[in-house]
Amino acid sequence: MKKKFKFRFSRKALAYPYMLFLLLFVVVPLVIILINAFLGDDGGLTLANFAEFFSDAGGGLTVLGNSLIIGAVTTLICLVIGYPCAYLLAKYHASSKVFVLLFILPMWVNFLIRTLSTKAIFMAIGVKLGMGTVLFGMVYNYLPYMILPLHTTLVSIDHSYIEAAEDLGADKLTVLRKTIIPLSMPGIVSGITMTFIPAISTFAISEILSSSKIFLFGDAINMHFSKTTNSFGVGSVMSLVMLVLVIVANVITSLTSKDEEVSSVL
Amino acid sequence: MDDKIIEIRNVNKSYSDKPVVKNLSLTIKRGEFVTLLGPSGCGKTTTLRMIAGFEQPTSGTILFNGADITTLPPHKRNINTVFQRYALFPHLNVFNNIAFGLKMKLIPDGEPVTDKKGNRVQKMRHLTKVEISDKVNNALRMVDLEDYGHRSVNSLSGGQMQRVAIARALVNEPQVLLLDEPLGALDLKMRKDMQLELMQMHKQLGITFVYVTHDQEEALTMSDTIVVMKDGEIQQIGTPTKVYDEPANAFVADFIGESNILSGTMVKDFCVDISGHKFECVDSGFKHDEPIDVIIRPEDIHIVSLTDKQCLVEADVLTCVFKGDHYQVTALTYGEERNELIIHDNVEVNAGDKIGLYIKPFDFHIMHKSRLINTIDGEMYEENVVEFCDGRFECVSNLPEGTKVRVSVDFDDVELTDDEEDGIIGATIISTIYKGSYWQCIVRTDTYYDFFVDSDYEWSINDRVGIKIAPDKLIVEEVKDEEEV
Repeated sequence: MKKKFKFRFSRKALAYPYMLFLLLFVVVPLVIILINAFLGDDGGLTLANFAEFFSDAGGGLTVLGNSLIIGAVTTLICLVIGYPCAYLLAKYHASSKVFVLLFILPMWVNFLIRTLSTKAIFMAIGVKLGMGTVLFGMVYNYLPYMILPLHTTLVSIDHSYIEAAEDLGADKLTVLRKTIIPLSMPGIVSGITMTFIPAISTFAISEILSSSKIFLFGDAINMHFSKTTNSFGVGSVMSLVMLVLVIVANVITSLTSKDEEVSSVL
Repeated sequence: MDDKIIEIRNVNKSYSDKPVVKNLSLTIKRGEFVTLLGPSGCGKTTTLRMIAGFEQPTSGTILFNGADITTLPPHKRNINTVFQRYALFPHLNVFNNIAFGLKMKLIPDGEPVTDKKGNRVQKMRHLTKVEISDKVNNALRMVDLEDYGHRSVNSLSGGQMQRVAIARALVNEPQVLLLDEPLGALDLKMRKDMQLELMQMHKQLGITFVYVTHDQEEALTMSDTIVVMKDGEIQQIGTPTKVYDEPANAFVADFIGESNILSGTMVKDFCVDISGHKFECVDSGFKHDEPIDVIIRPEDIHIVSLTDKQCLVEADVLTCVFKGDHYQVTALTYGEERNELIIHDNVEVNAGDKIGLYIKPFDFHIMHKSRLINTIDGEMYEENVVEFCDGRFECVSNLPEGTKVRVSVDFDDVELTDDEEDGIIGATIISTIYKGSYWQCIVRTDTYYDFFVDSDYEWSINDRVGIKIAPDKLIVEEVKDEEEV
């Protein structure tokens, strides 16, 4: 009995370092943000930070709106480019490992370096920095996050479903529309989540690729916490808003994929 | 109307040079229930998939109602398939699964009209919602699942999924229904019920069924015609009765039903010699003293008393097992060679009893042996060493190096070794058939030569073995070059 207890104890103990890490670097910062959000300049409790953000005095809400729009557009472009890519990769499965690697390869380079070099290329060929270049940079950075989950789902679709659809009279396009796309829904949902959430909270990309003309939510939070502005309170409120958005997105994802999960078992 | 609905002509199919279907020709009549029967890997499913259009033959043609459909994509064929694992769409409910094909179907709309240019034009339209729902509900009724339309396919049992898959195929009113081992995943009782239901549907609808199975009993129960396949080749085509009673060769006899397969010689017409006993039979036209295979079904052997006038041969009972409607007896016969026979009779005997056996003349099924001796082409590697099948065998021959030779070796002179390394060449066991006192194995070398080997042991199919041959058992003859020209 004693031995068993000891064994259990030691297994549990393996998780302690991570729990400590979680506590120190996730829970504590979150609490600090939460406290900061309610702290006024004078150090007293206040709702002024919320008022400032939601009254759009500093343009916070506008930036949030812009970020959501740019995030949505980025996600859409990623889906439009990524789906055919993932489909072709999955279809020519045997030779595709190298190609999948090619799509992941850019992720091995730090995104700041990638973005800076993209900017350098745009400058060199004389493209005017602006919304177009920002979108390009975002799509370039987040495309792999779209392709990977799509590829995983598409590869796992049983070929007999496609054959069954053909057998029942579906031509190639109908097979895609009525069988492959519905069956790859879980991949589409997780691809969208994995692209949209980082895209709305991104910073630096828009700043670098628009010469600081376009300002996104991530950049705004970054600015509020910088030494020059020193408005931690509003920054914390914005971080909380971001957190809520992420949670909402995740809830939506898990709701849709719960439906799919049941059906994707077979 | 021509009563041939599908004609397969000289079709070959190979995957990366490995032949799966070899020169297969088959005609399927309208309204027939045809079963492709054979062990796994015999090419039956590939054949079915070529009829459905999922695979294209490497060579040969497939005709459907007289028209060449060899390269026609599956969605343009008026043929539907019931898949082995059902392949029901998980994102659609039962109703929409069945309606899947109907929603795409185009039907003629009204009478053909003559357009301005004078061409006869047939307007086409999709089925209306009401038409679709009527058809789907009829299909559901046919498979006894009236109230299941709204159900998710994942909530169904195996048998129900099977029914939905059948309804989904039949609702499109195909001219041919292909079924790829559709009952394989069901339990025994469910399978028996579905067999009867499928036969009923076949009778009612009058469409052609092509059914693939490895279950000989299923094939015998359901089919009008059985096509027995092995190694991509058709072994026999015939009605269940014919295939069972008059198997074309030892493989068919062994695969379909239980049987005793013995070696014997035809002494003269209507007289066969098995292990020194001469029996009257009904076969003629064999060469004098030709070695043959004799097949006797267990239920055709009758146990009689030793003193009975009918007694043809005496035997010792080894085992006797009650099987419900009969006793299964194994007995060892007396003779030059003692053969072990399986007997189904309704007489109870005890192990150790001495019994007499009687077999009616027309229950001896006599067949030519497919091969009498193994012959392989090879080349002298050096004096007393011959090379064939990528192996060098010692032999007794003073032919010079490089001589083209033909090597012959008797079935019982080929020695199989358990460990592949112990043999001169490695090979795979393809089949084993019990022949009363020994096992006849077909052993395939890596160069695709099939050795026939008589062995005292039963080897497991697909096992790797080594092949050894004693030097004095190899008969080496020079092949004259003129012969090749």
